[in-house]
Amino acid sequence: MVPLASCRKAGEPATFLREHRERKSEGTEPVRFMDRPAFGRLLAELARRGYAVIGPTLRGGAIVLDHVEGLEDLPRGLGSRHGPGVYSLLRRDDDRLFGQAPGPDSAKRFLFPPRERLATVSRPGGRLTVDRAADGEPPRYAFVGLRACDLQAVLIQDRVFLGGPYRDEPYEARRDGAFFLAANCTDPGQTCFCTSTGTGPWCRAGFDVAVTEIDGGMVAEVGTAEGREVLDAAGAREASPDEIAASDRAVRQAADRIDRRPDLRGIGEVLYRNAGNPVWDEIAERCLACGNCTAVCPTCFCHDVVDTASITGQEAERSREWASCFSEEFTHVAGGSPIRASGASRYRQWLTHKFASWRDQFGVPGCVGCGRCVTWCPAGIDILEVLAAIRARDGERDHDERHRTAVR
Amino acid sequence: MSGGGRPRLAVFKLASCDGCQLQLLDAEEALLDLAGAVDIVHFPEATSRSEAGPYDVTLIEGSVSTPSQLDEVREIRERSRFLVTMGACATSGGVQALRNWADAGELARAVYPSPELLRSLETSTAVSDHVRVDLELPGCPVDRGQLLGALAALLAGTVPRLSSAPVCAECKRRGYACVMVVRGEPCLGPVTRTGCGALCPAFGRACYGCFGPSRTPNVASLLDRFAVLGLTRDEAARKLRLITSWSPEFRAALREEVPAR
Ligand code: SF4
Ligand code: SF4
Ligand code: SF4
Repeated sequence: MVPLASCRKAGEPATFLREHRERKSEGTEPVRFMDRPAFGRLLAELARRGYAVIGPTLRGGAIVLDHVEGLEDLPRGLGSRHGPGVYSLLRRDDDRLFGQAPGPDSAKRFLFPPRERLATVSRPGGRLTVDRAADGEPPRYAFVGLRACDLQAVLIQDRVFLGGPYRDEPYEARRDGAFFLAANCTDPGQTCFCTSTGTGPWCRAGFDVAVTEIDGGMVAEVGTAEGREVLDAAGAREASPDEIAASDRAVRQAADRIDRRPDLRGIGEVLYRNAGNPVWDEIAERCLACGNCTAVCPTCFCHDVVDTASITGQEAERSREWASCFSEEFTHVAGGSPIRASGASRYRQWLTHKFASWRDQFGVPGCVGCGRCVTWCPAGIDILEVLAAIRARDGERDHDERHRTAVR
Repeated sequence: MSGGGRPRLAVFKLASCDGCQLQLLDAEEALLDLAGAVDIVHFPEATSRSEAGPYDVTLIEGSVSTPSQLDEVREIRERSRFLVTMGACATSGGVQALRNWADAGELARAVYPSPELLRSLETSTAVSDHVRVDLELPGCPVDRGQLLGALAALLAGTVPRLSSAPVCAECKRRGYACVMVVRGEPCLGPVTRTGCGALCPAFGRACYGCFGPSRTPNVASLLDRFAVLGLTRDEAARKLRLITSWSPEFRAALREEVPAR
């Protein structure tokens, strides 16, 4: 991989990523307040500006991200419980809109969609024609209610898709057109650990507007000029000192409630020197290699390119789709053999990439502490427990040659 | 494909319900395209035309369940350049392979008034247990898109590519909430090969494994997880013992659970 000019060396502490465009607002920008009707008007204003509004909504027993038409589509009064391999919703005794931790989806589903046509090929009258912009105008998304970790994940995927010498054009088109109305977390999930990765629960970068839900409405911070315009159009008034204090308190209390505090100091080096640790084999006994963790991870970007042809042989299509380092076929190289044949080597790849080699590649770790991979692992494997086990058994070696292959 | 003319396609049926052939017959416009691109020389469900071969591409539906099917499948192989088996029966023995786990003679006596008239093998098995197969399309029934895609690839002169990743990959791509994590449903998705489009989870149901095992599935761990979800060992094993129980991977896992008869 080509290192980015801005890459820091492995082992340096993570810092907050800044967005790739300039923030338009100055330090003197007043904080705003919206009651429920004003927030409804804000959603309408986003739609009026031609955005496809994407927000949390209830589907299949989980909060997912999908198109939302208005307030009634948001998960009002719903809370969530998260644990390794378990997720459930609960009724809150208030009518908060963002009173739950995020479900399996993140902005990735829209900015880097699970399946995307890259090109179509046809041969009308025997002439081969390649059409690259196969899916027409890129959608303009307005994301509503993304959390701090999710914003950081977008900034990480920016480095992946836009940071190198080759820019991913379809990603760039969707990314540049997007609007972010983020929400500071007041009710973290039980698998969240953003306070340890330094990525939350406060939204600090990458938003147009960031809201904090308090009794009676939302306190809103302006991130960009467009964010200000949208707040103006919604009729958001200036927030009172009490409202601002209440919003600060709510997020501070949320941060205090996050009790998962992994020791991530020097974790990259710990992982690098433990490529042969027997912990990998022990986890592989449980790991289903199903790839759910990579699919829900907001930063994972691996994909496969698939070609299909029509029966008549007159049209063909090239598309890309989410893939995972956990699937054996994904590790096949020219000649047909897998480079990571064992489940242990694939599990090790995932964790070592997230916490060690990602940093070498992109200058920051690949984990934003959202806890999704823990919640949505059907085997209930908890990456923090695995990291702790590796640290506790630092230096142990297994005698199985298969797992000795270098990881970097 | 053979020189001149269109490639010759044949469709055969062994022990099966015809559901996979129907995926082809129901293909509407694509069927017309196919009929234009190939010469369908043997397909009893669709046409009375029947030619003896050789065939460029042969599709077989159904498992090998009788002595005559055993002979037939060897003969078909000899007359076929590229042999494709389609469906759970042809690729794993199908639901009828449940008899492989029991005493087939005893079952026959329980079901039929004159079991001595039956000419049946002790086991129901995949075609590939008996002859070389060039491509296996799993599923009960096969996925039409996958079937047509494979034929299109063959016609284009390339090797069809079928993913061996688990159903979870497609379930997550489509954004379905995981039935195991959300509702504690014992789902075979993590050990089952993708290809169906995560059809059952789309309707909030647990996958029951009709596409058979994914590559290197960790069945033992999934059965452990089913136990955590409250299933007895026997209930967990029964989830596996259904449509593709005789696939090598599921069979091996079941042998661990229930010592062989
Ligand atoms: S590795 Fe897990 S906790 Fe970290 S960002 Fe990915 S899904 Fe979230
Ligand atoms: S290698 Fe694995 S962990 Fe890394 S981006 Fe790819 S899928 Fe994600
Ligand atoms: S860690 Fe969990 S979610 Fe990830 S591949 Fe293994 S079993 Fe699946």
